[in-house]
Amino acid sequence: MTLNGWLQIILVLGLVLVSVRPLGLYMARVFEGQKTFLSPVLSPLEHGFYVLAGVKPDKEQGWLSYTLAMIVFSLAGFASLYAILRLQAYLPWNPQGFDNLPPDLAFNTAISFLTNTNWQAYSGETTMSNGSAMLGLTVHNFLSAATGIALALAVTRAFARASASTLGNFWVDVTRATLYVLLPISILLALVFVFTGSPQTLLGSVDATTLEGAKQTIALGPVASEEAIKQFGTNGGGFFNTNSAHPFENASALANYLQIWSMIVLSTALLITFGKMVGSERQGWALVSVVGVFVIVGIGAVYAAEAWGNPILNALGVDPTLGNMEGKEIRFGEAMTAMFAVVTTGLSCGAVNAMHDSLMPLGGMVTLFMIQLGEVLPGGVGSGLYGLIVFAILAVFIAGLMVGRTPEFLGKKIEAREIKLAMLAVLILPLSMLSFSAVAAVLPSVVATLGNAGPHGLTEILYAYSSATGNNGSAFAGLNANTPWWNTTLAIAMVLGRFAYVVPVMAIAGSIVTKKRASASAGTFPTDRSLFVGLLVGVILIVGGLQFFPALALGPIVEHVLMLSSKTF
Amino acid sequence: MSLSNMSHDAKPMKLLDGGILATAAIDAFKKLNPRELARNPVIFVTEVVAALVTLLWAKDLANGSGTPVFSGQIAAWLWFTVLFATFAEAIAEGRGKAQAASLRATRSDAEAKLLTDGTAKGYPGKAWKTISALNLKVGDIVLVEPGDLIPSDGEIIEGVASVNESAITGESAPVIREAGGDRSAVTGGTTVLSDWIKVRITAAPGSTFIDRMIALVEGAERQKTPNELALSVLLAGLTLIFLIAVVTLYGLAEYSNTALSVVVLVALLVTLIPTTIGGLLSAIGIAGMDRLIRFNVLATSGRAVEAAGDVDTLLLDKTGTITFGNRMASEFIPVEGVTPRSLAETVLMSSLADQTPEGRSIVALARSEYGLIEPDLTGKQAEIIPFAAQTRMSGIDVDGRSIRKGAVDQVLRFVGLESASAPSDFRASVDRISRSGGTPLAVAENGRLMGLIHLKDVVKPGIKERFAALRAMGIKTVMITGDNPLTAAAIATEAGVDDFLAEATPEDKLRFIRKEQTGGRLVAMCGDGTNDAPALAQADVGVAMQTGTQAAREAGNMVDLDSDPTKLIEIVEIGKQLLMTRGSLTTFSIANDVAKYFAILPALFIVTYPELGALNVMHLASPQSAILSAVIFNALIIIALIPLALRGVRYRPVGAAALLGRNLAIYGVGGLIVPFIGIKAIDLLVAALHLV
Repeated sequence: MTLNGWLQIILVLGLVLVSVRPLGLYMARVFEGQKTFLSPVLSPLEHGFYVLAGVKPDKEQGWLSYTLAMIVFSLAGFASLYAILRLQAYLPWNPQGFDNLPPDLAFNTAISFLTNTNWQAYSGETTMSNGSAMLGLTVHNFLSAATGIALALAVTRAFARASASTLGNFWVDVTRATLYVLLPISILLALVFVFTGSPQTLLGSVDATTLEGAKQTIALGPVASEEAIKQFGTNGGGFFNTNSAHPFENASALANYLQIWSMIVLSTALLITFGKMVGSERQGWALVSVVGVFVIVGIGAVYAAEAWGNPILNALGVDPTLGNMEGKEIRFGEAMTAMFAVVTTGLSCGAVNAMHDSLMPLGGMVTLFMIQLGEVLPGGVGSGLYGLIVFAILAVFIAGLMVGRTPEFLGKKIEAREIKLAMLAVLILPLSMLSFSAVAAVLPSVVATLGNAGPHGLTEILYAYSSATGNNGSAFAGLNANTPWWNTTLAIAMVLGRFAYVVPVMAIAGSIVTKKRASASAGTFPTDRSLFVGLLVGVILIVGGLQFFPALALGPIVEHVLMLSSKTF
Repeated sequence: MSLSNMSHDAKPMKLLDGGILATAAIDAFKKLNPRELARNPVIFVTEVVAALVTLLWAKDLANGSGTPVFSGQIAAWLWFTVLFATFAEAIAEGRGKAQAASLRATRSDAEAKLLTDGTAKGYPGKAWKTISALNLKVGDIVLVEPGDLIPSDGEIIEGVASVNESAITGESAPVIREAGGDRSAVTGGTTVLSDWIKVRITAAPGSTFIDRMIALVEGAERQKTPNELALSVLLAGLTLIFLIAVVTLYGLAEYSNTALSVVVLVALLVTLIPTTIGGLLSAIGIAGMDRLIRFNVLATSGRAVEAAGDVDTLLLDKTGTITFGNRMASEFIPVEGVTPRSLAETVLMSSLADQTPEGRSIVALARSEYGLIEPDLTGKQAEIIPFAAQTRMSGIDVDGRSIRKGAVDQVLRFVGLESASAPSDFRASVDRISRSGGTPLAVAENGRLMGLIHLKDVVKPGIKERFAALRAMGIKTVMITGDNPLTAAAIATEAGVDDFLAEATPEDKLRFIRKEQTGGRLVAMCGDGTNDAPALAQADVGVAMQTGTQAAREAGNMVDLDSDPTKLIEIVEIGKQLLMTRGSLTTFSIANDVAKYFAILPALFIVTYPELGALNVMHLASPQSAILSAVIFNALIIIALIPLALRGVRYRPVGAAALLGRNLAIYGVGGLIVPFIGIKAIDLLVAALHLV
């Protein structure tokens, strides 16, 4: 590890920290329906949409109709995206003349972009037409992120309101999230990415002649615009197969800082929005601190593991001062690779600027573990916030008991119903991640798709299902995922991770919003102090992590100890 | 209640009594019935897998295959885990049953004297017939005479009697019960000592106060309380999560070329699921009720006990709770020209024969403050002037001295002064005393105004500290009084309550409770009168006094058999203790899992991946001994924690954050460390005894 590396990490974290408050407070204004500096331009547009769609913006929904609206919206999105992918050969903006996608791949991809996972079982530059990328994938990059924000707002309002029955209007929240938050910042980001060197063109590709005289086809397209929302909406589905390791997606060190900043800033700012809307900005900062603890420790762990290097290679005479550079871009280095890897897995973004398959066993384990903890650190746009609140509910439940009071969070009593629903949501993670992995691990046809044997191969399986269930979308890589088995089961895992998780969470919101707000007293456990931060960190580690320990022991941990005795896979 | 005894001690009862233990051991086996155990998901799962491992062990024995010595021991310890859990519950119930048995003795074969004409007034003579108490109907009117057991709960409609209520309260001093007013309720099973009363029966057989008490202490009507339910759900969820983790491990191990046996997977499962808290959960709940009962408080539901822990606002009656209820002398104020000592000497003389509490307090103050000794009146011509409503003065005429003390205006008239012409320093003192909520008594000797005695409602010593402790717990105390606001404010300040409700009518109390509840606060109060009933019913925790009326006792959700209002504070602590014990043991139980992973995981994969031995940080002797030791530890920890579950985690009135920090350090960090030590110790023993 070098001072320079840490300075870069601190620089980017500092940038994030100064941005989250203004962005968070701005979003609080937007979603409370107050005027912002963009209102004069966007308000007529916004209300135009409502008139067109026949939405009455003042008519609020209870938790069930809010959730149903979200599901109907997602189903419609799935149908349209599936159709686009299956028919792309007949649709415009297909300069390279790519064929229609096969059914299992189209199904997997449609689910993947719908659930904000952006798992890619294909290589973008050789599969997707510009039309599919822009009309299909990029549209869902916006809408899936806006859906996440809307759900998080519904949960936020459950705590902000007392003795109420409605949680807001789904259509209004999605519209505002897209118009006021996602679009303006994405446009700015796209311009900056163009400035750093990303292409933004409707040309399909150009042919170049290399020095050796060979012909090389260089894929081009509307990269910068897709890149902006890919990062900012924690989508992670790259234009190119190598994602943010590709120089057109992530052109320079500066572009890389911005990529990390833009993927973490929105999810983190939403924590502040939550605090502001429930009437305690401090509460928002407490949640930011929890996320900060995991992110910083995670970065440190990955950075240390990578900088330590591979003892087997070191023994062969490779310069140990470089650490493990396998699968990394020289222009980013270890520090920025470690930071990108931890942020993208803590976030459920899934963009990568290095192949996680090539991280050291312990470095790879950290990224896998960040996903398995439930994608709440700070998690996907919106989904991270409501996931974190589920853990907070469990944490205050234990804490409340230990101080001798019926547990309450932000003045709302946490009772059997909330605990039941929270456990139901939390249960989805091991159910999908571990069950699919266990079945896949004993199927010879699946094991044959693995790039590596032994514990490393097992990690590849675990990572794939964890990534899909957590709606992360990053691949450990090393396995050939474009098979009917992988496409189908991963799609199911993605649906479970998004919808089976969020329905109980919305039911919690529906129950919380009806409750009276109890006033705080000295006997109430304060949830905006460091003790709560520590407790929540512990609960996330224990409730979120303990069940994965045996699986991790058989994957990266045993790989690490085997590596120490010079065995590789 | 004595001055020094501000906090109450529970009736002593040995935590673990030999007889109870023996009965509990038998009951523990009866509770193995799966239908009953299904209420407790964690232990139910343990029982199911224990049965499974037993079958596998039998198969191993029959086929001569596998490792029957190992699987047999695992099976045995799994059954012990279940048995220890049922044993814990049986002990907790056993303590209640022992108390119920003594209560039941008072109820058996009582007879009632049913009046043939209930409407006739006066002593009925022999106009009654004997029937069994079990055949009494609500509305029947019975006669109870000295030596008779009151056959059922009822209300006195005629007569007054002294009643021994020790059967319920444990207090042998008789109490007076009379028709009309707030002391008209009588309880079945208590005994009339003198005089006679006519009682209208208000409870059907089987639903009397004693019946309900028996049901409560026996836990027969025990339902899971809301919070216990929520915790059960959490534990069931964790059990499911670990079930998934263990079942899927089979597939992951298969991939890694390790065939895991069902026995070791079961061992891993049982050590991971929260058996410790799962096994002790119902015992904690029962013990919480039991603690209340030993404080002589009966709660009609566990829900009320939990609510007590959540109380935000405590309504306390001033008289009897905060103050002694009778006025006491606190200072002597001479008028100009009289020395304090001569005034003290005069008032001492005036009160020598005064046997009222006020009079005695004056003597006591004169002795303690001025070191005076009581003059001997024997042989002297002394005429005692007793207090009379007309004169509103009392006094003494002795040795040519004529001393009077009494209401200020009367004494002034006695010395021939108009109010306006009294000395100005005297008038100022009268004003000051009135403003502070006290009562001024004027003193005169031989027609000369001497000074004033300041009588005040004395706040119980130590009560201020208790209110401070309550404040630290986050509980607001509100004093209820019929006094005027001025007096109330003065006493409120002195006692250190947070707020007061002066000139309070029953409607005011009700309104105040509703207002607090609308603000999201839980309110506790105690009361005894019929007019308290609506407020008792409205309060989240309503503690009725046993001496109170039937209406009050029905309205509250707790009854204090000692009729001591300050006990609300202990009730709150017991409620908190109940939740804290659950929370702390849950944390402990989950924290234990870390050490168990380190014991079992390397043992499972030692053949395929000997390098995983690096995780065997405890250096356990062999894979089998490691697994067995973890399972044994998991079972024994239940037994080890039974006393804590029954006694409860100690509550300290410090802020919530401090309390949490402390409990996390003890049960969280302790829960991480203890099993490392425990499993290692058991492993040494297992290895030394060559058990596997």
